[in-house]
Amino acid sequence: MQLIGEKLTCVRGGRTVFSGLSFKVAAGDGLLLTGPNGAGKSSLLRMIAGLLRPQAGTLRLSRGPAERDIGELCHFIGHANGIKRVLTVEENLRFWSGYLGGEGVDKALATLGLESIRDVPAALLSAGQARRLALARLLVAPRPLWLLDEPTVSLDAASQATFARLIRAHLASRGIVAAATHLPLGATFRRKLTLGKGGSQ
Amino acid sequence: MNPFVLLVARDLKLAWREGGAVFTALGFYLAVVAMLPFGLGPDLNLLSRIAPGVLWVALLLSALLSVDRIFHNDFEDGALEPMAGGPLPLELVAAAKSLAHWLSTGLPLVLAAPLLGLLLNLPSEAYGMLMLTMLVGTPAVSFIGSIGAALTLGLRRGGLLLSLLILPLQVPVLIFAVSAVTVSVTGPGSPLPALAILAALSLASMVLAPLAAAAAIRMNLQ
Repeated sequence: MQLIGEKLTCVRGGRTVFSGLSFKVAAGDGLLLTGPNGAGKSSLLRMIAGLLRPQAGTLRLSRGPAERDIGELCHFIGHANGIKRVLTVEENLRFWSGYLGGEGVDKALATLGLESIRDVPAALLSAGQARRLALARLLVAPRPLWLLDEPTVSLDAASQATFARLIRAHLASRGIVAAATHLPLGATFRRKLTLGKGGSQ
Repeated sequence: MNPFVLLVARDLKLAWREGGAVFTALGFYLAVVAMLPFGLGPDLNLLSRIAPGVLWVALLLSALLSVDRIFHNDFEDGALEPMAGGPLPLELVAAAKSLAHWLSTGLPLVLAAPLLGLLLNLPSEAYGMLMLTMLVGTPAVSFIGSIGAALTLGLRRGGLLLSLLILPLQVPVLIFAVSAVTVSVTGPGSPLPALAILAALSLASMVLAPLAAAAAIRMNLQ
């Protein structure tokens, strides 16, 4: 499986964010997006997830399950966590696992250290705990492509290490990870893409 | 479990836990209906003649209070994005959330209507048809409302704009619902044609509104 973007152009509010952007990521490889604020890292991830339509260019997944588009094969973890404040940690995760057709809620809670607070309403979570709950969605429904936008924001050192391990495991199992970040993620990304300053490579 | 059912169940649970929306709508319904006799004076004949229309208009306004929340919270907290890439097409997501809104808000308002009918001296033979028109017609209120809710997603004061967008679309529902009730009390003829058109409006909105709402959500997620 290979994620291929060809000559992508992104225009936001009349301003060209990037143009002529091409990349290729094979299964087992990671794609690291770097660049200054406003360079289009989030826009590119949203584009891959199918939320943002490219002005020009194509995105495709070669040798993937043909009948499904990329949006249904990826997990998109954006800035917002997608957590309901009035539901407990476990209810939040159980909904996503059921909705996205996965399982393993208990294991995901244990992996991300959320087991002791599983019955706590999500409104009471700290920023780091809420982020961990959002990341737990990656584990409860298996999908080959992970799109991560600043995934480790507000995580403590131990959680960052746990998450780095999860990324490495996902890459080792022939998944694809595309991450935009300013912080080191602790995993080897074989492809790097630097956005910004008019051109990009 | 089926994702559609799961989504409806989750929205109902959220509506129940958050509580506020349903009771605000019910309270508003009671307030509007209770104010009216003070404004019009204690003319029982007048009140009972206008009661079906008042009950319906007040129900529309009360339901609109919470319609903007159909997608708003999921948009704000980022839950709509994974849903857009989920197993259900966005059209069915919109349908599930509109259905949940009807069950959590529309239905309680319908059940409150006969109690409020007492305040307006609603003729006793009108109760059955009033309830029937409300049961048949209120799904259209939630589903048509979802179009406005989806269109005004990114806006800060979306609620007001939403009323302007949606109320004109609800006019046919109001006309046929009230005419069915009036005809059933005063005649002439049968209320069935009006009721059938009301049912058609409701069914058509259930099919068509999710298409429009999903298109608007896609636009707002860009």
